[in-house]
Amino acid sequence: MDTKVRIDIVGKRKIFLAISIIIIIAGVIGFCVRGFNLDIDFTGGTTQQYNLHKEITDQDIAKINDIMVDVTGEAASSIQITGSERQEILIKSKELSSETRDAAFDAIAAEFGLTIADRYSVDNVSPSVGSDMSRAALISIVVAVALMLVYITIRFSFKSGLSAIICLVHDVLVVLTFYVLFAIPINTSFIAAILTIVGYSINATIVLFDRVRENKKAMSRDDFANVVNVSIWQTMNRSILTSLTTFVMVLLICIMGVDSIRNFALPIVIGIICGTYSSVFLSGNFWYMLENKKGTGKSSKAAPAKAKRAKA
Amino acid sequence: MGKTLPKFVVTLIVIAILAYIALAGIYAGNFMIPSVFDTENGIRKGLDLVGGSVITYEAQIEESMSPDELSTSMDSVVSMMRQRLNSLGLYEADITKVGDRRVRIEIPSIDDPEEAVQKLGSTAQLVFCDYQGNVFLTGSDVVSAKSQYGQTQQNGTSQYYVSLTFTQDAAKIFAEETDRISKLPQGQNIIAILMDGEVVSSASVSYRIDSESCVIESPTFTAEETTWLADIITAGQLPFALKDVELRSVGPQLGERALETSLWAGLIGLILVAVIMIVFYRIQGLMSVIALVAYVAIVGIIISVFRFNLSLPSIAGIILSIGMAVDANVIIFERVKEEIRFGKSVKASVESGFKRAFKAILDANITTLIAAFVLWQFGTGSIQGFAITLFVGVIVSLITALIITRILLKCMVGFGVTNHKLYGA
Repeated sequence: MDTKVRIDIVGKRKIFLAISIIIIIAGVIGFCVRGFNLDIDFTGGTTQQYNLHKEITDQDIAKINDIMVDVTGEAASSIQITGSERQEILIKSKELSSETRDAAFDAIAAEFGLTIADRYSVDNVSPSVGSDMSRAALISIVVAVALMLVYITIRFSFKSGLSAIICLVHDVLVVLTFYVLFAIPINTSFIAAILTIVGYSINATIVLFDRVRENKKAMSRDDFANVVNVSIWQTMNRSILTSLTTFVMVLLICIMGVDSIRNFALPIVIGIICGTYSSVFLSGNFWYMLENKKGTGKSSKAAPAKAKRAKA
Repeated sequence: MGKTLPKFVVTLIVIAILAYIALAGIYAGNFMIPSVFDTENGIRKGLDLVGGSVITYEAQIEESMSPDELSTSMDSVVSMMRQRLNSLGLYEADITKVGDRRVRIEIPSIDDPEEAVQKLGSTAQLVFCDYQGNVFLTGSDVVSAKSQYGQTQQNGTSQYYVSLTFTQDAAKIFAEETDRISKLPQGQNIIAILMDGEVVSSASVSYRIDSESCVIESPTFTAEETTWLADIITAGQLPFALKDVELRSVGPQLGERALETSLWAGLIGLILVAVIMIVFYRIQGLMSVIALVAYVAIVGIIISVFRFNLSLPSIAGIILSIGMAVDANVIIFERVKEEIRFGKSVKASVESGFKRAFKAILDANITTLIAAFVLWQFGTGSIQGFAITLFVGVIVSLITALIITRILLKCMVGFGVTNHKLYGA
């Protein structure tokens, strides 16, 4: 069996943990400073997208803002230029009635000479729908994670299940950091993206744990740290290659896709990177640290120095 | 060796047939497997791809309403919506009840979604009142309403109007009220007919009208308007108002571009993945690419036969599952390479590679299925689409990796392809 260990990942676990903690702290600071960019799916509101068929200038945006103030009595919460040719405008505002939306479109259409075909999209969500959505999102994530914990506990052990879940929480936090720092709107795609990342990351973790489970029997005389290290390196090729193929697919959606699909794919790109990172560098370490906590078993006898450091 | 060649050829032929069915479909009388390009009988394109609107209405109910009453009323909302959609000419729209007090209406290729929002959501509250706004009759006193064309007055011009028939009780009230109103001074002897608070018709009354019927007229009425008006009056009235709580509307131009770019992304991604697999795993990689063709074909056939609603998120689910489909193969191939390096023969390595990888593949995929299943159960519209394609994709990828790749690799061994380098080891 190939038992080559290129880098002692278990021994250097503090470095890997530190990297993740720094990223998550950045996310927490970002969250405290400006919070999440919650999209209308959660807060309620209206977005309208129009093709103006021209290069959009600052004056155009100012004009549209004036129209919004006239029609709705309030400035739009944001007006962005969008579309592959940067000729489309995306107006976000508080929830507007159908009649008000019509009035806004008529005024903008008159100003820029638009027809009804230039009305690319209209989304309107009431706050009541938004709060239902948040609840569904939370429930689905909690249910999914709980079911996974049960499954892994049955197939492996509770400690490995717990390690896998800690990894998932890590992945979710890192992706949330990404959302906060780059102010990506959090909408329904966000829930799908998070759950995809969760499903994907746990996939890699399980492939590693499967190796640990197998090697534990074959290498019963080795300490657990070594078993984990060997298993990580045995599954390293798989971890990198699978991430690469999925990464290629998602990156292409991201590069070529339209805005709505890009909002969904971009977090998954980040999630694949961080999911692979957590599976390779963290999941085995969490399991090792949980097994070692009691200070009993083979690991503490074979590697007392490491065990002490882990406690310190 | 003797059985290897036929086995290999049969497998390839099966894959070729699957690919052919996916692309061309089977149309033989009653038995039909639609082609992936057949959007009439097979895959339904989501509204975000063809353009269209999804409107959700919520009943604004009183606390006192019982669940039974609500449920019955929601059923009549659905039938009323169907009627209103038909009278607007939107025959292809889908109506679904969501939760206990919402209905979702999906309308493909619609030009003016706001018009639909306003017309579908109106409560159709029809009232008759005098000049002071005192209501004496409502729409529930009306037995039937018909759109008609002709003269409403002698020597008048022909025009579209709606003729109403009252219940017997209502006819009596109508007679009494017309009697009372006709005696009012000029300028106040007016009956107004209001629909949802807006005056659609008003007329001065100069004598008692003893009749079971009456007309709603306006010089600006068109045939469409009177038909629509008559239909919604007939459809009856609801004990609550409907509020449009959600609208998602995508113009056809945006949808077209979304489909095209996603398909290109999928195709280029597929080619890149194939190249990566062949570079890293040589002959094994080549076999997995053939299995990947089978995978894409099977997924295509499934979504055609079950008429999945293909929206952008579900395309993303498919593309993502292609990346994941490769994963099972990678786990197996890495195992095979390891076994070869360990000194086993190629034949024994392929055998034990599959065996030892099985547990990991199963556990890993079941956890992904759990995530997909939860999304399917708790998600809404577009997320469900994503979850279903991911779910199907994961299951099909398991089948193709564990069965088709295995058969093909065993054939390679049977052919005597045992150079270690060809297995990437």
